[in-house]
Formats: sequence, structure tokens, C-alpha cells
Amino acid sequence: MTQTTADSPARRQRAQIKERTLRTDPWWRYPLITFIIFMAFLVYATWAIFDTSYFMAPYHAPFASPCLATSCPEGARLFGFAPFGDWYTLPPGLLILGLPAGFRFTCYYYRKAYYRGFWLSPPACAVNEPHKKYTGESRFPLILQNVHRYFFYAAIVVGLILAYDAVKALIEKPDGLGTWILIVNAILINLYSLSCHSCRHITAGRLNHFSKHPVRYRAWNVVSKLNAKHQELALVSMFSVMGADLYVRLVAKGIIAFSFA
Amino acid sequence: MSYKAKFRVWRGEGGEGKLEDFTVEVNEGEVVLDIIHRLQATQVPDLAVRWNCKAGKCGSCSMEINGRPKLGCMTRMSTFTEDETVTVTPMRTFPVIKDLVTDVSFNYKKAREIPSFTPPAEVKPGEFRMQQIDVERSQEFRKCIECFMCNNVCHVIRDHEENKSNFAGPRFLMRIAELDMHPYDVADRKDSAQEEHGLGFCNITKCCTEVCPEHIKITDNALIPMKERVVDRRYDPLVWLGNKIFKRSSSNS
Repeated sequence: MTQTTADSPARRQRAQIKERTLRTDPWWRYPLITFIIFMAFLVYATWAIFDTSYFMAPYHAPFASPCLATSCPEGARLFGFAPFGDWYTLPPGLLILGLPAGFRFTCYYYRKAYYRGFWLSPPACAVNEPHKKYTGESRFPLILQNVHRYFFYAAIVVGLILAYDAVKALIEKPDGLGTWILIVNAILINLYSLSCHSCRHITAGRLNHFSKHPVRYRAWNVVSKLNAKHQELALVSMFSVMGADLYVRLVAKGIIAFSFA
Repeated sequence: MSYKAKFRVWRGEGGEGKLEDFTVEVNEGEVVLDIIHRLQATQVPDLAVRWNCKAGKCGSCSMEINGRPKLGCMTRMSTFTEDETVTVTPMRTFPVIKDLVTDVSFNYKKAREIPSFTPPAEVKPGEFRMQQIDVERSQEFRKCIECFMCNNVCHVIRDHEENKSNFAGPRFLMRIAELDMHPYDVADRKDSAQEEHGLGFCNITKCCTEVCPEHIKITDNALIPMKERVVDRRYDPLVWLGNKIFKRSSSNS
């Protein structure tokens, strides 16, 4: 073995380990499961957008809410209005799904998950990524992820509309199973939105003097507690919105037809 | 109760070297660093390993154990099965001096590039008045023991040596966040975090948080809040407008 000194070129080298990783645990499990779950969600969402059985009074499938055109059934229109009139004839989901989809796409949890599961950047900690070059979110297009807070504002509105749908169902059919599915979904969706990192920043995270803003500090504490569960809420609300949507469509199609449906 | 464990340890100077196999005694309650020391004492007296406190508080014995960045002194042998081969290598992101000892001076260079705490000129020593709630956020970051495992695991520089000049790594982006959140710091750190220290490189995959032996929520409490502060400064037209209308400074609101 040759002696190296501080100036030796060899001292500037990392350990020349050829293996991509020396991890012995099943590190591939997380990216693989993420990939499968997210692909299932994407496939379902694509089908749901073009499926027309999205309304069965008083239930409104979340993926098609709000309905803003006259092509929607009358009871499905948001507050009875159809601001898009009759020129819009495409599925209602196409019109609004971009907002919650954008919120989830730019969400800090989802970013972590799909950078690992889809882009393998990196697939897992201490596992080399396959890409030769990396600039991350420092330039176009990924610098656009910084728009997340605007999607958060939109997600709050969409969350309130889902809550409105659930309350409407509660008033009209309090003993319906679908009502309670919509209520649980609305709660989870809103908790997910409120647990967002941008929400945490907006409430008081941007301040340096919490003591001068006691109300905002309290709000920040609440959001911080929710934020610690952001990943769980993101996943649970994803399943709940998919489940609620599917349930309403199955009721609308007559596949689920028991008396308390 | 003791048994003979199989160890593979990286041996070499500079970057050149190879994994060498050893069989070494393990006793109940021991940690990986104990086994490395036994190897030194009984089989390879010139095996180089950096260590100090043996209590997980000095951050010296950072190494990679079965491919995962860990402190040698905090990794119990009871977490492995008796027939498992334990592979111990130096941190991959930094140049190797000898065996398990890496040259971590990259981190000291990055530390020097960050302007130190900058209080307002008119506040004299002894006049600082802060409430606990104003500083407790930053206090979490002060738990850092500078083991540099977060910088080691971060793929931005682990997999891309060329990014080292433009990226401070999670440890020092956290330091910037700590100072930016400080109620008495007036230095403008948002633009420099993005432009000079490479905050934009971070794609929040949370490996830094996963490996932190002090369980600091680096990503959630430092990097993402700092990213949001940078958005305030550079990418949010509404905040910019609000700052203009209400004549507020976005650096110390």
C-alpha cells in the first residue's frame, strides 16, 4: 500500500466502490409500492374523468365536483349555477381536476414520493440514482414546483365545495351510507389541505417574531401538528377520494342498490 | 453470550482499496465501533477509524454500515443476525484518507461560506431580548452534532460530484434556515440560499432526515420552510405586491 499525503491526488478520491449500493434491506420496496399506488390512482382518475355516472341525488362524485356547466344535471350544479353555460360540453372533471391534481403534484410529500418512485432520483437513500446530471428544482421545468401555494389556495376552495356536497347530502339523506362516505372524505381532504407545508408557512412560518403574533402562532402550532402527519393524510385522503368517487358512481350506475346506499 | 461475526471492512488509502473479510468476536451489548476496535486490537493494528465520545454526541464515527450511513457507536450488533455479514465502508461522498476515515473538509469550507449571525447595528451586546417561542424553532437545529451524514447521503452531491461547488448540503442549508428564522438576524439570506448555496437543488426526498442521529426534522422544519421563504422573495407576486403596499421588509417580518 502506497503512502498518501494531503497533496496526493489519491486523497481527493472517494472510496472506489463499484456497487450501486451496499444496502442489504429491501430498499426497492418503497419506490415500487409508491409507483404501483400512484399509477393505480392515475388510471382510476383518467377513467373517472370520462365516466358520465357522476351524480345520483344527493350524491356528487368528488372527481366531478363542482359542476359548472349546463351539461351537468340540475341538482349537480354548484349552488344551482352553471357559469360555463352550454358551450362547455366536455366532462366536468376536466374543468376542475387540474386544481387538486396540481396541488398534489406540487405537494412536498408527493414530490418526495414520485421523485423516488418514478424518477429514481434517488430510488432510496444511499442508493445511486441512474441519472448522469442533476439540477433538481433549481431550473425550468422543476422550478415551477414553487407555485405550490397557489394550488393550496385552490385546494382550500375545492375542499370547501366537497364539504358543501357532503352537508347537502347529509340534509337530504342523513341515513345514507354515501352521505357518511362523503363526509369522511371531505374531512380527510380538508385535513390534508390544511396540513400542507405552504399552509404552515402562510399561517406564521414566515414570521420571525411569533411572540408578536400570538393568534397566528397558535394557528401555526395546530398546522404544525397536522403537518407532521402530512404524508399519512396525503395517502389516506387519496384513497378516500378514490373510494368515495367510486362509491357514488357505483350507486349512480345501479350496481350498489341496497336501501341505505 | 458471544459469537464470531463476519465483517467486510473497506481497507485502502486515498480512494483505492477493497473490502476485506474478517471474522471477529462479538459480545452482548456491543456496537459496531466496538467490533472495529477489536479488529484494530487483534488483527489489523493499522486500521484507521475516527472516533471520540462513543456516545453519539461527537459525530466522529460516521460510516456506512450495510450501505446505510450510521454512527458506528450507536449501531448495536444486536440489530444484525449472527450469520449476517456486516459491511463497513467509509462515507461515500467525501474523499478517503485511510480506511474508514474520510476528509470532511468540504463541510468546513461550506460552513465558512455562510455569513455568521448578523444582529442589527443599533442593538448592543446585553440588549438582546427574545422570548422562548421566538427562538425554539431554531433550537432544534442546534442539536446538530455535525456528523455530516446528511450531507453524505444527499444524492445531490453523493451522486454528482460536480454539484459540490454549488450546493451547501442539508447541514448548511439548515444553518441558513436557523439564522433566517432568528428574530435578531438582519442579513438577507433568501437570495443567497437559492443562488449561492443551492437550495433549489434539494428535491426534498428526506434522506437527510432519515439518517440524522439527532432526529432533527431537517426537511420539514428547515429546508421546506426555507424554500417557502425563498418563494416569498422570488416567485410569489402576491407577497411582492403586499410588501410594496404595506412597505414591509420580507427579510424580518
